[in-house]
Amino acid sequence: MTATTAPVRPPLPAPAQPRRSALPFVRWFKNPWRKPRILETVTWVYLTWSLLPVALAVAFSFNSGKSRSVWQGFSLRWYITDPNLSVLHDASLHIALVHTLLLGVVTTAVAVPLGVTFALGLDRWHGRLPGFWNIQMLLSFVVPEIVLGVSLYFLASQFPFNTPMTTGTTGQVIGLVTFQMSYPVIIVRARLLTIGKQFEEAATDLGASRVGALRRVLLPMLFPAIFASAVLVFADVIDDFVIVKYLSSGSDTDSVAVKIYDTARGAPTPALNALASLLLAASIGAILIGYFGYRFLTRGEGKTSLGSFAGQL
Amino acid sequence: MAAGSRRSRWVWPAFALPGVVWLALLFLLPLYIVLCLAFGTLDPVFRSPVPVWNPLQWDFSQSKYVLTHLVGENGVFGAAIWRTAVFVVVASVGCLAIAYPVAYFVTRFGGRRKGLLLALLIAPFWISYMMRMLAWVNLLQTDGLVNRALSLGGLFPVHVDWLNGRSSTVVFGLVYGYVPYMILPLYAGLDRIDQSLIEAARDLGASRLSTFRKVTLPMSKAAVIASLLLVSLPMVGDYFTNDLLSGSPSTAMFGNLINNAVLDPGQVGQGATFLILMFIVLLPAMAYYVRSTRREEGETV
Repeated sequence: MTATTAPVRPPLPAPAQPRRSALPFVRWFKNPWRKPRILETVTWVYLTWSLLPVALAVAFSFNSGKSRSVWQGFSLRWYITDPNLSVLHDASLHIALVHTLLLGVVTTAVAVPLGVTFALGLDRWHGRLPGFWNIQMLLSFVVPEIVLGVSLYFLASQFPFNTPMTTGTTGQVIGLVTFQMSYPVIIVRARLLTIGKQFEEAATDLGASRVGALRRVLLPMLFPAIFASAVLVFADVIDDFVIVKYLSSGSDTDSVAVKIYDTARGAPTPALNALASLLLAASIGAILIGYFGYRFLTRGEGKTSLGSFAGQL
Repeated sequence: MAAGSRRSRWVWPAFALPGVVWLALLFLLPLYIVLCLAFGTLDPVFRSPVPVWNPLQWDFSQSKYVLTHLVGENGVFGAAIWRTAVFVVVASVGCLAIAYPVAYFVTRFGGRRKGLLLALLIAPFWISYMMRMLAWVNLLQTDGLVNRALSLGGLFPVHVDWLNGRSSTVVFGLVYGYVPYMILPLYAGLDRIDQSLIEAARDLGASRLSTFRKVTLPMSKAAVIASLLLVSLPMVGDYFTNDLLSGSPSTAMFGNLINNAVLDPGQVGQGATFLILMFIVLLPAMAYYVRSTRREEGETV
């Protein structure tokens, strides 16, 4: 052992005291454990900004006068009582509402089963080919809607053979299914990934056939995801504008969104607000059914994620 | 499992078949028709588009017309495309500037009110886009509530014509319209960050700002990119926001160019060319999205 001289340590510099500002705001701001008041304010301002205009639009649908910015008293004039202009009596308005809901229901009924079987097939079919079709599916999901809408419009108007794909309700449903199919595919595939294969394998080991295991074991486990994607597709379809507009064959196949687009810049009456409010009510109804249905289906699984209804995967 | 039995080998492809046929007939075939129209000809008498189905006979005169009129002395189309780029970049950044703080607040400090806050954040997703635009058309009319609020209840009459060819109104509308679609993926991304990492950084002496800069921000990068893509891709194809909030050719976007051309029989070929152009411009962004999604699915890319 050689004697080592311990290095002489220079004394540590005194930790720099943060200068205390005289201004209360700066003092508050520099406090590392303060409450995040600024972020909180931003959030509430944002929420007000995003929801108040819509709330006002709904409020003015109950206006008794023609104005959409001066309150003249409460009435149901634009919903029921006006003999010509109310949603009840103006055929073009309530036809749009019924047509929108029809498109929502039919598209959901076609797109969801199609998407679910497609998801199962893509997930279990191995090789290069399913990879290619998966890419096409994802592409149809991210491509701007105008690309899909215009190309489907060309298919309906320029294709030399007679097909069911013509402008009108059928064409609109086909177009919407094309655009919406990827929702259930993506959601169901994400769910398949978390479920894993063990339950199905256990079932087949115990003697179930492949299809039996799928029907009796996997499908019940997938049901919440399928249900959530159905709610999502419905909500998205009743909002859809681009595809419905391009494949519309006239005013009797216009949706609420198309109606708003066509008349908002003209001289609309609050009946347009009333129409939009009714669609909003339908949306809220769907989400309430969706939310409580989903809670019921996933009971015992812990937390219910609201995000499932907004395409959050 | 009866692996390799002849029947079971075809089960899963059979499941995928309806979807495959659907995509082939209603996604790929229509895209091919777009090509046939862009590289088709024009009936000289009726001025209607004539698609050319055989790629060997494609005629490039219409697409050449479009490409030579993008920039330069005949550049009539370039302005709208350039404007779209500026609008989309500004609006996407605007969306991020709003969405990030809000999503961050709700994930980190939502606390007991998290459920309520989330429900309110999701609400716009459930309100028709057109209705939200209609709400602003109402507010921004010359005698609308915005001008009345600005005039402080009639003290100083304000008659700003917000809805007539103002770029700022269009960008504002785009931000308003698309922010909700950004907040949710951002929320999901931020929610996935392990809170204990942030707490560790704070406990070890990092300030709020440096914790954010060195921990939260790098860990949320993927979510930021994905959410920017999810918002900017549809914005590029948007034409209705512009139609509703401006309606003037002075703020026309790429989508308006396409929509106007497609509805005019004599210009369908040009419209189809624009569509292909948009597809090509957006292809890298779309490919990035597809790649990252497939990686999440655990597929080999």
